[in-house]
Amino acid sequence: MTNSIDEITESQVLFVIGSNTTEQHPLIGSRIIEAIKKGAKLIVADPRRTYLAERAYVHLCILPGTDAALINAMMNVIINDGLINEEFIKERTEGFEELRQNILQWTPERAERITGVKAEDIRRAARIYAGAERAMILYCMGITQHNCSTDNVIALSNLVLLTGNVGKPGAGLCPLRGQNNVQGACDMGALPDVLSGYQKVKDPGVREKFSRAWGVEIPEIPGLTVPEMFEAAEKGIIKVMYIIGENPAVSEAHLSHVEKALRNLEFLVVQDIFLTETARFADVVLPACSFAEKDGTFTGTDRRVQRLRKAIEPLWNSKPDWQIIVELAARMGYPMTYADPSEIMDEIASLTPSYGGISYDRLEGWGIQVPCPHKDHPGTPYLHKDSFARGKGKFIPVNYTPPAERTDEKYPLVLTTGRVLYHYHTGTMTRKIDFLNKKCPEPFVEINPADAQKLGISDGDEVYVKSRRGKIKLSARVTGKIKQGVVFVPFHFAEAAANYLTIDALDPVAKTPQLKFCAVNIFAGSEEHGDS
Amino acid sequence: MTKYVKTICPYCGCGCSIILHVKNGKIVRTSPAVKDSINKGTLCIKGMLAHEFVHSPERLRTPLIRENGSFREATWDEALGMVAEKFHKIKEKYGGSAFGVLSSARATSEENYLISKFSRAVLATNNIDHCARL
Ligand code: SF4
Repeated sequence: MTNSIDEITESQVLFVIGSNTTEQHPLIGSRIIEAIKKGAKLIVADPRRTYLAERAYVHLCILPGTDAALINAMMNVIINDGLINEEFIKERTEGFEELRQNILQWTPERAERITGVKAEDIRRAARIYAGAERAMILYCMGITQHNCSTDNVIALSNLVLLTGNVGKPGAGLCPLRGQNNVQGACDMGALPDVLSGYQKVKDPGVREKFSRAWGVEIPEIPGLTVPEMFEAAEKGIIKVMYIIGENPAVSEAHLSHVEKALRNLEFLVVQDIFLTETARFADVVLPACSFAEKDGTFTGTDRRVQRLRKAIEPLWNSKPDWQIIVELAARMGYPMTYADPSEIMDEIASLTPSYGGISYDRLEGWGIQVPCPHKDHPGTPYLHKDSFARGKGKFIPVNYTPPAERTDEKYPLVLTTGRVLYHYHTGTMTRKIDFLNKKCPEPFVEINPADAQKLGISDGDEVYVKSRRGKIKLSARVTGKIKQGVVFVPFHFAEAAANYLTIDALDPVAKTPQLKFCAVNIFAGSEEHGDS
Repeated sequence: MTKYVKTICPYCGCGCSIILHVKNGKIVRTSPAVKDSINKGTLCIKGMLAHEFVHSPERLRTPLIRENGSFREATWDEALGMVAEKFHKIKEKYGGSAFGVLSSARATSEENYLISKFSRAVLATNNIDHCARL
């Protein structure tokens, strides 16, 4: 997030796109509700009539995957109505003219045909957003799990720059991170092309710095992303995988590919708390501790570094992940000498400019928001106050890219996936909890009454959802809360894993899979149609 | 005697502060932190139950090694020895590009840093990623 969670209640307008916030990020959801009570106006773009959509000033009931068209049309209205922030554009941005030329073609009427949102609603949303002094955009996987995810985020960033909604409290562009330490994992360089603090492995200066600190040459060629790794494993290029705390055998797109890749490995090590679906493919399984049995830090979605504190000793014969790595490194002839995680943080601070001022003694209170470059720096509640990392903010025109597969007669419905309040990700943790399982015991598919009627399906029926890649069995929930032509399946359930259906088409830059859009059909349970 | 430990909810990225109530080495309850927290005394249902899976009987208790198609229990010494030996052999034979490492957005930052360091410095590969895209 460019801004802080605590600033949500200072915003005049909140634009929530591709995020079912009250279920996925309940605390942020409740802040949004608080902001509405204080008079903020809410705009929601979502194919489902979510809890927030019901409370929105404008609900843009959008067809999945068409976000860029919607955002471009909003900018078209803002430019035509003269609602742009000229001073901000002149002083802090470049490339406005190119953007303007591109945006002129994106009339709300054109966007209506692509997005399914009425031109009039697009106009209203644009005027409300641009009319505010402090407007914040919050987005999640609905924006990023597409083959066009980079373009979607760029379109949002154009919108922010156009209205000067950045570098001040209560504004900004706020991606909501799904798992608790996504921000930290990225900041620490658990990524194929960068080391900690987004320092590029391609940069010889960076490699030299890390090679000196770590005492060995750092490999030069950027590595593979998760989906690329599975492809390489399927082809036999990757022979060994070491999977720590992830469950790709449920979470990845186009599961049958992933399973084939896992089976094809010469050697697989899985380190986790439970015997996950992925661990069942392993040659060696290493039992890790839970969050309650170790010290460390998490960096939340608004960049706050907070202390995780050990409450109990490791249970049974488990060990914290960091300790397992240290022991394994030693056995491979590379001793790492850390007495405890605070010493690891000291090393991180010495190599990572944005964490330069972080140390455990400074995290005793509420923690510190990075960037925090030195010991006396108070942290950064909001980014880009006076300048952007690259100097000026650049407008980059983008267009709408249709999804990698289309609906047709055989697969007429659009499937979108997501999570529900009571579970978390692949359910490895939450599905062990009785109360949560009772609240949401089994997989389901949401379908609009009009579609259900056409297909002869009633609420509670057992149905098959089938895509060009696979099929799953679950029960139907007929509800007007989902857009006609769209169906929704939560992805927490291994027994009806939505990812047997999803397509593994990737965004060319961010390599995000298109989990939020694939073409499907639904059949009543008794009869099985077709093959695959 | 109950011990109270302030820590962070393991679920979503909001980063709510929770208090774990520990009695005889067992976490018996989770409550919200009031001071120095984003959640200021509130928690969602997942946060309220943050501790529940910790003591689950289904937790992995010891290292496992696959033998003739099924798992058998092993000591840490044996399991880590086997992993180190196999990693070493593969590295000698094919080099770093034969490895793929998946780190976790649920592990701490310190652990993610170490996993990155291990991949690059020990396994000689940049094939490290996590499921941020999911
Ligand atoms: S308590 Fe709820 S909102 Fe807060 S971090 Fe945990 S899951 Fe997220």
